[in-house]
Amino acid sequence: MGRSAMKGLLAAFVVWLACLGVGWADLQDVLQDNRAAIEKASRKTVDAVLADIAERGGSEGAAFLEQWQDKAVWQRKADGLFFYVETDDKQTYQLIDVSSGAVVGEAGKRDLKNLKPNSGVRGVIGSALVEFQLSDPEPRRRMAALRAIERRPDRSQLEPLRNSMVDEPDAEIKRRKEVLLALLTVRFGADIAERVAAAEGMRDKLSLETRAALNPLLATRRVVSIDGPPDDANVARKLRVGSEDLSEDAAYQMLVSAELALPDIGAEARKAALIASIAEGAVGGVPVAELDSDVARERAFAVLTAEGLAPPSVTAEEREAALRAHEFYEVYTEPSAEVTDAVQGTLGIINQRVAFYQVLDLSLDGLSLASIYFLAAIGLAITFGVMGVINMAHGEFIMMGAYTGYVVQLFVPDYTLSILLALPLAFAVTFGAGVAMERLVIRWLYNRPLETLLATFGISIALQQLAKNIFGTQARPLTSPAWLDGAWVMNDVVSVSYIRIAIFGLGLIFLFLLLFILKRTRLGLEVRAVTQNPRMAASMGINPDKINMLTFGLGSGIAGIAGVAIGLYAKVTSELGSDYIVQSFMTVVVGGVGNIWGTLLGATLIGFLQKWIEWFNPSNTLAAQTFMIVFIIIFIQFRPKGIIALKGRAAGD
Amino acid sequence: MQRSFFARNPSVLIFIALLAVFTLTVTVMSEAMGMGVLSTSFIKTLGKTLCLCLIAIAMDLVWGYCGILSLGHFAFFGLGGYMIGMWLMYERTKGIVLGSLENAPLPPTPEEVRDAIGTQIFGVVGGAEIPMIWFFADSLAAQLALVVLVPGALALIFGWLAFRSRVTGVYLSILTQAMTLALSLYLFQNDSGLRGNNGLSGLQNIPGLSGMSQAWVSLWFLWASALALGLGYLMAAWVVSGKFGSVIRGIRDDEARVRFLGYNVEGYKLFVFTVTAIIAAVAGALYYPQAGIINPAEIAPIASIYLAVWVAIGGRGRLYGAVIGAAFVSLLSSWFTGGGAPDVNLGFYRIQWTDWWLVLLGLSFVAVTLFAPKGMGGLFDYLVRKPMPDRPGADLGPDQGSRREVEQ
Amino acid sequence: MSTLLEVSGVSVSFDGFKAINNLSFQIADAELRAIIGPNGAGKTTFMDIVTGKTRPNEGRVIWGDKSVSLLKMSESQIARAGVGRKFQRPTVFEDQTVRENLAMALRNDRSPWAVLFYKKTTDGAARIEALADEINLTAQLTRKAGELSHGQKQWLEIGMLLAQDPKLLLVDEPAAGMTPAERDHTTDILKEAAKTRAVVVVEHDMDFVEKLNCKVTVLHEGSVLAEGSLAHVTANKDVIDVYLGR
Repeated sequence: MGRSAMKGLLAAFVVWLACLGVGWADLQDVLQDNRAAIEKASRKTVDAVLADIAERGGSEGAAFLEQWQDKAVWQRKADGLFFYVETDDKQTYQLIDVSSGAVVGEAGKRDLKNLKPNSGVRGVIGSALVEFQLSDPEPRRRMAALRAIERRPDRSQLEPLRNSMVDEPDAEIKRRKEVLLALLTVRFGADIAERVAAAEGMRDKLSLETRAALNPLLATRRVVSIDGPPDDANVARKLRVGSEDLSEDAAYQMLVSAELALPDIGAEARKAALIASIAEGAVGGVPVAELDSDVARERAFAVLTAEGLAPPSVTAEEREAALRAHEFYEVYTEPSAEVTDAVQGTLGIINQRVAFYQVLDLSLDGLSLASIYFLAAIGLAITFGVMGVINMAHGEFIMMGAYTGYVVQLFVPDYTLSILLALPLAFAVTFGAGVAMERLVIRWLYNRPLETLLATFGISIALQQLAKNIFGTQARPLTSPAWLDGAWVMNDVVSVSYIRIAIFGLGLIFLFLLLFILKRTRLGLEVRAVTQNPRMAASMGINPDKINMLTFGLGSGIAGIAGVAIGLYAKVTSELGSDYIVQSFMTVVVGGVGNIWGTLLGATLIGFLQKWIEWFNPSNTLAAQTFMIVFIIIFIQFRPKGIIALKGRAAGD
Repeated sequence: MQRSFFARNPSVLIFIALLAVFTLTVTVMSEAMGMGVLSTSFIKTLGKTLCLCLIAIAMDLVWGYCGILSLGHFAFFGLGGYMIGMWLMYERTKGIVLGSLENAPLPPTPEEVRDAIGTQIFGVVGGAEIPMIWFFADSLAAQLALVVLVPGALALIFGWLAFRSRVTGVYLSILTQAMTLALSLYLFQNDSGLRGNNGLSGLQNIPGLSGMSQAWVSLWFLWASALALGLGYLMAAWVVSGKFGSVIRGIRDDEARVRFLGYNVEGYKLFVFTVTAIIAAVAGALYYPQAGIINPAEIAPIASIYLAVWVAIGGRGRLYGAVIGAAFVSLLSSWFTGGGAPDVNLGFYRIQWTDWWLVLLGLSFVAVTLFAPKGMGGLFDYLVRKPMPDRPGADLGPDQGSRREVEQ
Repeated sequence: MSTLLEVSGVSVSFDGFKAINNLSFQIADAELRAIIGPNGAGKTTFMDIVTGKTRPNEGRVIWGDKSVSLLKMSESQIARAGVGRKFQRPTVFEDQTVRENLAMALRNDRSPWAVLFYKKTTDGAARIEALADEINLTAQLTRKAGELSHGQKQWLEIGMLLAQDPKLLLVDEPAAGMTPAERDHTTDILKEAAKTRAVVVVEHDMDFVEKLNCKVTVLHEGSVLAEGSLAHVTANKDVIDVYLGR
């Protein structure tokens, strides 16, 4: 078995060697065969040379063509051999063999002749080259050729590209070739029907590149006309003067450059002319002191013009009249309306699909923002929602969690391990802080929510300043492990970074964990009992002090874990928490206090809403946040108790 | 049987007298009056403190008496400052522009003046157009009216929305905080028309008073602030001493009961909220010309929370408590953060108060809430030995922070 | 005797639980009425509906000579229309004096402006003195309400109700936690009040109801079980089954 396989391999190798020897002659020989045609190349004769080189020249042939096109091939006058050259002083040239690329000799400038094909020949060589490169065995070079065509599309590339399609082995490259072929066909196709068909055939291509490539086909220029749209022009639309697309100044400038109106020398130049002509405290008979309005200045300037002291200019009325007398159009550079219509149709469909994916992308963005808000708020959903304790220092617990992560990374350099360590550690730290705070402060203030708000706020200021004193004011990095870098890419439009997916997952885990703890465990039962009626719960043998402490600790601990997650994608600063506190409370309030599902809905609503508002004005997150808060204030009008509201007498008033 | 207002409220007379004595003393010791014991910048600090006392009175009215813990009154304060700042900045820039164009060969047209002002003011945020909201900036009377109208209208609209939907207690506090956050975020934008995070500056230069030295300007503002504080105190005292005060304290303690007595609780809250917002705005309009600069950071929610801290430390539900709290904490705060307090050397660590003051403030605030809910004002009760009812059960009142106890 | 309040076909449910089920109820001017019933019969919810605290799912609540619907009015509007309510637990303003409590309740213009510029009148002072006398609190006028005993607070609250001068008084367990002597006095106050206005008393204590000596309505599971004199309803078999027991 092994022996026969070895034999097979050997046989294949021999065949391959034979092919080399038979199929591809030495390039220099091929060139010498066509020596005359190369020396005196013309458009008519060069085709045969190219065909021969293509057939017998191999990959060195393509390299030769490139050099030839670049006027970098030299011929030794003595024997007519072709070389590439290298030189330091432009006097003596080192000769490089066209096949091996090795230096094979030296010659003076006088002994050599540079081949300088004319532009027609170079064009033919260029398209032949394209064909060469498009069929190059190296996929990398084929891609490079495609990119070159994309950058500088030309009519001549159409045919080679079409020819190269047949043998393309790589699926991805073939797909790109198809797109490019269609694009070239739309632009340079033989007749209108073919071009329209090509444009319509691109409707199912979703890529921003396609869109970008199609756009130039709809390039327009602006024209002025006196009566009606210009004949035989492919009119895109009529422009209204003074609209956003065509300001009055721009329109007038068009008239001036079409020599349909006198140039307006402009207010600045007029003013300069006036200043230059001041004599005895007056200009053109108008006292200088009166020249404090445009009308007076125009009057004075008219006098100057009449006296020949200034070039003629136009008045506002003349300008107005000239603009009214003309019409302004946007005209496609592409003359065929059928083609532009087809392209427009295709672009419309592509845009629709892009828009659909943008909405999808926006939704995914919203979802990930929602999961961040959810993580930030879920601890509050317990302390504020379930226990009714308003903890303004919740944000600082988030911050503590993030700093815990940072400190862990100082000691544990392995990022994966450090994150895994940081999560439970952050929980422990903030759990402890929460329990301490509950014991020392909050338990004295139950049923006095405003007091709690203020006291916990005091703690929040102190903690924030403490963090500043310890860690400084600059942002500290919390680096995510390498496997969380990068993003999941669906297509040109939709992509989600892995960190956000991880945060989403973390949010889900906490949702179900908390639901489980509250609904299915003894602790949850006791928590609910204590929060609903502490005295009754106490008489049933539950220790309300202990339960309150544990519940508060749990809520705070989750804030710590949220801090690690948030720190991974945002910088860790002492203000990290205060950035989230208002939104977190909003999340809980909007969702409906006392309900974890409500918090989920609240976070979803706020996350999506913020992304949605940002979409209208992507450059302005500040405005998005402003409008979101305004929306929430209005939302509370209609559902004062949140999305999921407790009903009846139990809700209290 | 009917005693005069002052006879029933002796603390008002005492307060007004103390304020007068304070103002006189500072005036005599000022640089402008020749003694020069107090520097101009310190007089400005004192003038600003008086303004902070005024907004603290507003806060006490709305929180200590009406039970609405508003975390938005500093937003109204800032808005008032912005409104007067627009006039100050516009007029001053106009003066500078006219001055620089005076020697131009041609007298400037109104458009040229406007363009130059626009470039001067908004160049820093990459604009040159004067936004629509500056329409009235040329008129002192109009901007003074806006000082009252804009914050008043905002308070009215926000309050109407919030109270109508019966948002109360901490929810209302969070909502007001959200409003403040929204406003400050909005102002932080460059295209808000108010110069983004650069804010308005150069406000200490009063247009038309270029001949007056800052020493005198500061003194005039001190007097104006003292007058405003005195009037504000008188008005607040008059409001809370009458039946109106009785009703709003009733709302604080048990708003459902007040409602069943036939009072339109939402109307009262809205009234108090809006009036105090206007007082805050007036205080802000007096404050920022003394501070010289206003920017959106001043409006951030934290400022309003500090306001609550002052009132709580001073003692809420008593007007003089609010004044004492604001004056004491803000002066102490500037002493500590200004590097006035000496460092404490613990041997292994040197406590620098610029770093540790906030920690101290935060913790002492917790301590006040826990151990001295009456605040510093409680000391006066101690001095006059005011008898306190000591009954178990519902202890409703300002000192207990509107304890939540509802009829089931 | 014209009808002052007519409740017809009112139902309200909380999360599926029907607290009030097709309840119909009428009360005339100047009538004293006692409502009794087991816990959860819907007594307090009934009051909540009349005073506007709870909105019913269906039914009508018609008020007064002009037959206006109370369902569209807010709590404060209903109170101004002439419905006064006393809560189960005494709720007075503990931080304010008895006089301030009563003054706040006095029938006057209640708009913020009017209250802000309110001037004390001798009429008002006299009315407060008279009320204080009626509820035995003359000596306590300048004390804070928080310092009063439980029974005194109950009286103060009744006094505040009377100061409102309502056409209909809804009183929830006025005698709870009172000594026998205090109860008797409370009975007198209510009977006196019922001479000029309608009074509805919700009460558990049968002795107290007997002393009131008025028409009794028995509620059960959110609707009227029986109505008539105390003797009449206590003889009713259904009432005995669900409420009185054997």
